[in-house]
Order: sequence, then structure tokens, then C-alpha cells
Amino acid sequence: MSALIVTALIRFLIFPGLLFTAVAGLLATWVDRKVTARIQWRVGPPVLQPFYDFLKLMGKEIVVPRGASKIAFLGAPLAGLAAAALAATLVGTAALDPAGGFSGDLIILLYLLAVPSLALVLGAASSKNPLASVGASREMKLVLSYELPFILVMLVAVVKSGGTLRLGSLLAYQAEHGSFAWSISGVVAMLVGVLCTQAKLALVPFDQAEAETEIMGGALIEYSGAPLAVFKLTKAMMTMVVPVFLIVTLWGGFGHTAGSVVLGVGKYVVLLVAVILIRNTNPRVRIEQAMKFFWGPVTAAAVLAVILAFIGV
Amino acid sequence: MGLTLNALTKSPWVFHVSAGSCNNCDIEILDCLCPRFDIERFGALLVGSVRHADALLVTGAMNRKSAKRVQQLYEQAAKPCLVIAVGTCACGQGIFRDSYAMTTPLDEVLPGAVAAYVPGCPPKPEAIILGVVKALAALKGDGK
Repeated sequence: MSALIVTALIRFLIFPGLLFTAVAGLLATWVDRKVTARIQWRVGPPVLQPFYDFLKLMGKEIVVPRGASKIAFLGAPLAGLAAAALAATLVGTAALDPAGGFSGDLIILLYLLAVPSLALVLGAASSKNPLASVGASREMKLVLSYELPFILVMLVAVVKSGGTLRLGSLLAYQAEHGSFAWSISGVVAMLVGVLCTQAKLALVPFDQAEAETEIMGGALIEYSGAPLAVFKLTKAMMTMVVPVFLIVTLWGGFGHTAGSVVLGVGKYVVLLVAVILIRNTNPRVRIEQAMKFFWGPVTAAAVLAVILAFIGV
Repeated sequence: MGLTLNALTKSPWVFHVSAGSCNNCDIEILDCLCPRFDIERFGALLVGSVRHADALLVTGAMNRKSAKRVQQLYEQAAKPCLVIAVGTCACGQGIFRDSYAMTTPLDEVLPGAVAAYVPGCPPKPEAIILGVVKALAALKGDGK
């Protein structure tokens, strides 16, 4: 029994949970910043830059605004971090060991991946800053916009695998019959999934909640020091977890041979670069444009993917 | 010198305080972020909220209205936070020194907070970067 608990703790805290995902996620944000810099014809930051940023923020003063709810203001970032680490643990464990996991972990993951956004809303709303409230309201609307198509994308995987709600079974089915992404419905689902990833990571054109040039950091405006560092870390971890989640559910996962793991990392890099290119070639849209976009064409495409999956193509 | 203070010298996020400048210094500050100078090489970013800032770049000769705002902004910033006076006006009020609208120079509005003075009308981006580098070097020296 105690061995089980130790294994679970190691999985949560070290690999593939908190520590591993934090380091990998911070490196992914470096890739994001470096590629962005190169696109803009700049040199860009050094590899360790996200780590310097994190360390620096940990050492800064923590300002709690007068009149803010202290517990919600300081607790929200920790809730977001815990959810991101748990999501990383579940996705990572399923990718490493398809026989593990439990029936319904797909649904739990959908909820866990929404928690960091909700934590941002909670923290911003408790800071008593009008611009943070604007940011919180936008983040809430954005969550409402992208969750529907994201769930429909997962439904495609569920339908194609014959109705399983376990990540491990999805992987086992794909190992036998080829990954879902190599079918018409899978391609459509993957495209919708990339757009939802863009919004989940709050990257341009869907960064309305943190619009720096417009509402001065929006939801994050009152955060300083360690809580801000935790929010940045959570976002870095989500940069890792969400694309890996898409790869596991739709694109065949990472496999077990050395070649397939390298291929899996390649898949992750492809998704990451796609997201970075979208971010660098689009301006920020207004929040109602984002909602129209997600509830209109994107949801229509996701429904089409589900129908195609039911037909079996 | 502590680990976190060392990290601060490697990632100085700057916040731009325009205390009524003629916009020339502001344009030169934005030049620092553009491809030719690209201060993100040294980890510097321009941030939107003063709570995220590690250095305030103050431009312009402060008048009676904006001096209070500069004081407020400095109080709102999370410490440690450096103040760097950019341009002749911010350093010593420049040609506006005898104007009726002027208060005191920046280093008297924020006593003991100004870490570097970058003269010039406007200062070159190289000079602004040098000012930030010298302020960070002074911070390193203080921590010993």
C-alpha cells in the first residue's frame, strides 16, 4: 500500500508530473520566445531565460492590494498549478503505460485542463482591480467559447475508438488500427484541437484576458512576486500538457521504442511551432469576435468531425 | 549576492513611465526593443503593469501633476525596483527648469531611488542600454 502511495507521489511530484513538466514547459516557452524573436528578425533570449524569470519573481516582494480577498488572491495560483500538475501526471502516466489509468480519466482531464483558466478568473476577480475584472470576464467568455469545440474534438476520439473513455484504451486502439489523425474526421478534429490549444494557452489572437497593450496585463495586473511566478509556471506547464493531450488522444501517443518516442517529440514540436506561427501572424481579435469564431465555424467543423467519425471516415 | 537577486540582473523587466516627455525619449526606449538593439537578448521585457516591473524608465520633465503619479507608481512597484532617469529632462529638467509648472527634479521626488542617469536629448538606445547595465551592476555591488 505504501509503495503505491510512494509511486503515486513520485509520479505527481517528479516524473511525469510537477518537476518534469515544469522544466519541459519552461523550455517550451523559451522555444516560443526564441522563434518569435527570429520571426521578428531579432536574436531572442538565452535558453535559461524562463528559469531566470521564474527565480527572479520568486525573490520579489508580494503585493496584496488593499481590499483584496487574501485567501482567494494567493490561493488561486496554487489551485491552478496543482490542477496543471495533476493533468500532467494523468496524461504522462497514460502515455507511458497504456494499461494504467482508469475508465473516465478522459473526462477528468477535460475538467482539470479547465481549472488553470478558472484559477486565473478567481485570482483576477478577487484582486479588486477594474482592469483585472475586465480580464476575468474576458477569460470566462473565452473558456465558454473554446470548451464546446474542445469537448467535441475529444468526442471524435471516443466515437472512433468505439466508445472508450480511458486514455490507455484510446492509445491501445490507435496502436492497433493507426492513429486517428490519419483519417478525414481526425484531420478536422486535429485542426480544431490546435485552435482550441491556442485559446487555452491564451496566445495571440486569443490573449484578450492578458492583453498587455490594451488592459495592461488584464487578469495578471495586480500580481507580483511569487504568485505571478506560479501563474507563469502554470502557463508554461499548460504549454506542455495541452499539446501532449492532443497527441495522446488523436495522434497515436509516444509509443515505447526509442524511435517512436523521438517521433512523438517531433509531433509535439510540430504542434508547438504551429501554435507559435499562428500567434505571430495574427493580430488580437476582440472578445466577441473570438466567441463568434469558436461558436460558429470552429464548432461547426467539430460537429462535422463527429458526424464523419460516426460514418467511419 | 542571493540567487534571486542574481536572477534579477538577468531578467530586468522594464516599465515605461512617461512623466510628460516630448515623446522623443519614449521612441528611443521602444528602439531598444526593436531588432537592431533587441534587449530581450539580456532578458529585458517591456511589461504593461507596474507590479511586474524591475526597473522604471522615467522620461520627461515632471510637472506638478505627473510628479504625484510617478511617486504613486514607485510605491506600487514590487521591490526591489530600480529607477532610471532617461533623457536630459528626467535627469535635470532640461530646458524646462525655470517653468512655473515644474516641481523638483526626479531624484528629489524619489529620494535615493534613482539608480542611473542617462543624459541626452534624446539619449541613444546604446546609452539607455548602458544605463540599465550600470544600474544592474550597482545593484550587484550593493548585494555584496
